[in-house]
Order: sequence, then structure tokens, then C-alpha cells
Amino acid sequence: MLTTDRVAGVALALIALFVLVESRRLPLGTLQNPGPAYMPILLAVILGAAGIFISVFGGSAPTLDSVGWSEWRHAVAILVVCSFSALALERLGYRLTVACVLAFLVAVVERKPVVLAIVFAVGIAAGSFYLFDTLLRVPLPRGPFGL
Amino acid sequence: MIETLQNLYLGFTVALSPPILLYAFVGCVVGTLVGVLPGVGPLAGISLLLPATFGLDATRAIVMLAGIYYGAMYGGSTTSILMRIPGEAASVMTCIDGYAMARKGRAGAALAIAAVGSYIAGTVSVIGLMVLAPPLAAFALRFGPPEYFTLLLLGLLVLAYMSGGSMLKALAMAALGLLLGMIGIDQMTGYFRFAYGVVELGDGIGVVPVAVGLFGLAEILATAGLETPPAVIKPRLRELLPSRQEWRDSAWPIGRGTVLGFLIGIIPGSAHIISSFVSYAVERRLSKRPEEFGHGAVAGVAGPESANNSATSGAFVPMLALGVPSGPIPAVMLAAMMVHGVSPGPLLIKQQPELFWGFIASMYVGNIVLLILNLPLVGVFVNLLRVPYPLLYPAILVFCILGVYAVNSSVVDVWIMLAMGALGYLLRKFSFETAPIVLGVVLAPMLEMSLRQSLAMSDGHYAIFLQRPIAATLLGVGVLLVLLSLRPLVTRTLDWRARLALAEKGES
Repeated sequence: MLTTDRVAGVALALIALFVLVESRRLPLGTLQNPGPAYMPILLAVILGAAGIFISVFGGSAPTLDSVGWSEWRHAVAILVVCSFSALALERLGYRLTVACVLAFLVAVVERKPVVLAIVFAVGIAAGSFYLFDTLLRVPLPRGPFGL
Repeated sequence: MIETLQNLYLGFTVALSPPILLYAFVGCVVGTLVGVLPGVGPLAGISLLLPATFGLDATRAIVMLAGIYYGAMYGGSTTSILMRIPGEAASVMTCIDGYAMARKGRAGAALAIAAVGSYIAGTVSVIGLMVLAPPLAAFALRFGPPEYFTLLLLGLLVLAYMSGGSMLKALAMAALGLLLGMIGIDQMTGYFRFAYGVVELGDGIGVVPVAVGLFGLAEILATAGLETPPAVIKPRLRELLPSRQEWRDSAWPIGRGTVLGFLIGIIPGSAHIISSFVSYAVERRLSKRPEEFGHGAVAGVAGPESANNSATSGAFVPMLALGVPSGPIPAVMLAAMMVHGVSPGPLLIKQQPELFWGFIASMYVGNIVLLILNLPLVGVFVNLLRVPYPLLYPAILVFCILGVYAVNSSVVDVWIMLAMGALGYLLRKFSFETAPIVLGVVLAPMLEMSLRQSLAMSDGHYAIFLQRPIAATLLGVGVLLVLLSLRPLVTRTLDWRARLALAEKGES
């Protein structure tokens, strides 16, 4: 039966395996004089062992089906929006990016009135830019037309 | 003693002058806002506002930045208690029982305990900073790489042992955090590890995107789509008074948190974060009712909140007395002082007594300002959180992105936050604690460096960890903890963690 611990344990073991494979590119050193790969390999072995133990003894954990995933659509939308902001921040500038992000989240994801979404998005984008960039002199990226 | 009092008098004449008072107040207000806003922690807040102090003289700038630092420590508790979103990493532990108290209708009491605990800890620890700085700093100087390595190892074992539920899961999370901390340039050989050509990863993964991702973004991901989003619990002024029992239950945790936080603060590391973790663990261990932790134990709020504020003062000891920063925030503060032409170190007290003692006195003043801000005015700050959740979480998300980006002006940090947010969301679903990951990321470079330095010192002999008394003692305590965690397997009885897990299962 697929339980949360079994799935998580296998995932941790796979991460450990990935680290072990990737660490082959680095010098291991010796037990007395550890190289750059020494600590990652040691930690990967610990993580892998822990993952296997968690997986083996994880039969009594809740099943995967019993975990509620009702909010997954929102979660995916937010992750997509975050990805967009990471891609756009230095291309479109802070204000445009933030305004787009907020307008999308409020109007499309939360289905609030469009006017409210636009006012909110522009207000937060311009206000936070003014506070941090203009008043506090924290340089925030500008986009086309100095926006 | 008389000389100390005379110096303190000099400090108060500086700190109570209107301009300094004004900047201390501004720093405290901004710090509280920084602490209240999830994602913009003290490190990001100080970094964000450092350029804003360039036009000020050194005393005003340092007083304001210090105000931001301990203001954020105070303010961080507000969102933790009312929304289960830590305003800054050190408030992670406050989320657990603070939010549980809030759900039981004790939000006001939790906020009051946090504010009073923070005030007491802040004030007492400043006395500690003033009186005990020289001898304590001298003790910390006796720590070499072997002592650091065993101390850090012990810190991780303590955290894993004290975690509710599975120690194995906590250790796995710590190992994952330590592995994340391995990313970047190996300081001893210059090799790039797991950077895959991304130059920004050369300096490693910052604790800010990891903490904001695992706690801020993950919380938003888990709650934004819920049919009944997390209510911002709205405390009224008359609800702020804790009951007599709550005062009694929090008195010792505040005392212990103050001492513990100050002592941990002196030791290099992210003391304010570690101290709150350790304090929570100690309180749960000492409690006669450990099963209440996680379900609204007042000691789980009082201890960590006192400890993280106390650690703030403790962290200033090595910075002011030796010119050695004990963590990322003191490092930024040190940089700020140097920008203003001040060189912290043993000579600072003699050469610039007005600055040193004015700074000390301003911390007393700041603690009073913060108590005033955090008790009667908590409603004003909470108004920020009364905005409907469908509008609030997008704004918080923007501040998370802004805060993470502004530390290094790097979108790579935003990507890291994004990855950590997704990871934190999944780990929450699978009932894994994410706090050890943050601690692992912070400790990884120190842990590895101290191990390798220790071995270099001893020509590769691991016996060095047993030959040095402090290191051997710390190692002994660590082994003891591991043995204690194995005891239930041998005696076939349930220890407190197993009982706690059973209690949690029964409740869910």
C-alpha cells in the first residue's frame, strides 16, 4: 500500500542517489584529508539510509489517498505566477511584473472584480516601488520605458 | 561597577537625546513592520534599509538598524501567532503553539506573553551584554574548530531528538538541509559543487530564500485554495491579559529562554534562530505535559520568543567586543558600522564611548518602545492582516518575492524560494518537519569547515574530538542523546515522543 512515509522515503533515497552520482565529479579526498565530495557523500549516505528506513517502516503511515489535495489548483497557479515573476522581474521591471502577478491572482485565480484587481495591483506595485526604490533607495529592476 | 554605571549614564544622555530617540523609535516601528510582514525578515529588512542610513551619522544609523533588528524579533511573533506564518525565521517555533493558542481563542494572551517575554529577555540580556561581555567573549574565544564541530553536531542532534514524532525523519530533514548547504564553492579547495554553471550559486544557497520558501510560500500554497482560508484571529485589547495560570506557566520558560538565548547568542551561528529551536525543545522536554506542545502550550510561545530576543543582544557581544560577527545579521550590522567609519573591536569602547554606551542605552529605550508598540498597538499592526485573504496572500507573495530578491538583487534567489516553497508544501502534506532543513542550510558550511580544520590541526586524527575537554563533553552529550532516543527500543516502552505521536494521531 502506498503510504506517505513510503513515498517520501523513496523520494529521499532517490535524492541521495542523485547526490552520490553527482559527487563523482568531485575529488573525494581521504578519511584523514577530506576533499570537496567527502561531506556531500557522507550526508547522502545518511539521507539515503534514513530514506530507506522511513520507507521500510512506513507501512503504518497515512495512505497517499487520505492526504487532502483540494487546493492543488491554487498551489499550481501560485507556483506558475512565481515562475513568471522570476522570469519577468529583470525583463519587464518590478512594477509591471508585480502588477501582472497581482492582477492575475486577484482577478483570475480568486475571481474578484476586474476593477478591484487592477486598482489593487497597480496600487501595491506602485506603492511598494515608491517605498523601497524611491524612498529607501533599494534598487529594484526597471523595465521598458523606465517602468 | 561604578564605572559601568557612569558609562551607562553617558549612554542614556546620548540615547535620550531627541534625534537618537526618534531614530530608535523609527527603527523599532519599521522593524516591527518588517517582522510582521512574512518573508521580509530582519536580515532582508536590515539589508533593504542599509542604503537608507547612508545619510545619517554613525550613532543614529547603528541605533536605527539595531532597532530594526530587535523590532523584527518582536514583530515576527505577530504573524506567527495570528496566521501561522513566521514573519522571520526565528519565529518558526512560535507558529506551532502560538497559532494553536490563537485557534483556542487565546491569541491576545499569546501576543501579550510573547511581547512581555521579549521585553524581559531583551532588557535582561542587555544587562548581560553590558556586564558580562568581556568574560563571555573570552570564553567563546576558547572555541576552536573541534569545539565548533561538536557543538554544531550536538545542535543538530538536540533538534532531532527534541522533534515530536520521528527522530529519523527529523535527522533526514537535517541531512537534506546540510546537503543544500553544500551547494556552492568549497571554501577549502575552490571547487564548485552542484552549481551547474549558475554563478550565483557560487556563494551557496542563502538562508533567506530557503526560510521564506519553506515557511512563507509553502504556507501560502497550502492555504490559498482552501475553502475556508486561515482566519486572521483578531484579538481585542481586553483579551490581551493572560490568565494567572498562563503567567505562572510562562514565568520559568521566559527565564530559561532569556539565559539560553543570551548564551547561544554569543556563539557564532544564526543564534536567534537556533536559540528559539533549542528553547522550544528544552521547554517541551522539561514540561510535565509535553503532549500539550503543538496544541497551544503557553511555554512554547514564552520560551522561544524570549530566547530569540535575548540572542539578539548576545549576538552583539562578539561583534562589539571583538569585531567578529556571529551570524549573517551581525555581519550586515558590522558592514553597516564600517560604512559609517566605525571599527568594532576592543578599542571601540575606549575610542568611541558615546557610540558604544549610547547603543547599549538605546537598546533599553528600544525595548520599552517595543513593549508599547506590541501590546496596545498590536491591533494597529494586525490591521495589516485583516485584509481579506484572497487579497492578502497575493500581497504577501509579492513581499516574499521582493524581500528575497532585494537581499542579493538576484532572481536566482527567487527561483530557490520557489523550489523551497514547492518542497515545503509537499513535506507539509507528508507530515515532515521543515525546520531542520533551515538549520541544516545555516550550519552546513560551518560544520564542514570546522571538521576539515579540525582534521588539518590533528594531521587527520579523529581523536582530536576526544582529546579536547569541551569538544569531548559536547560529543558525550550528543552520544547520550542518541542512546536516550534508542532506549524505548530496548525497554519496549513508549518515550515522550512516541506518546506525543500517539496523542497527535488520536486527535487527528
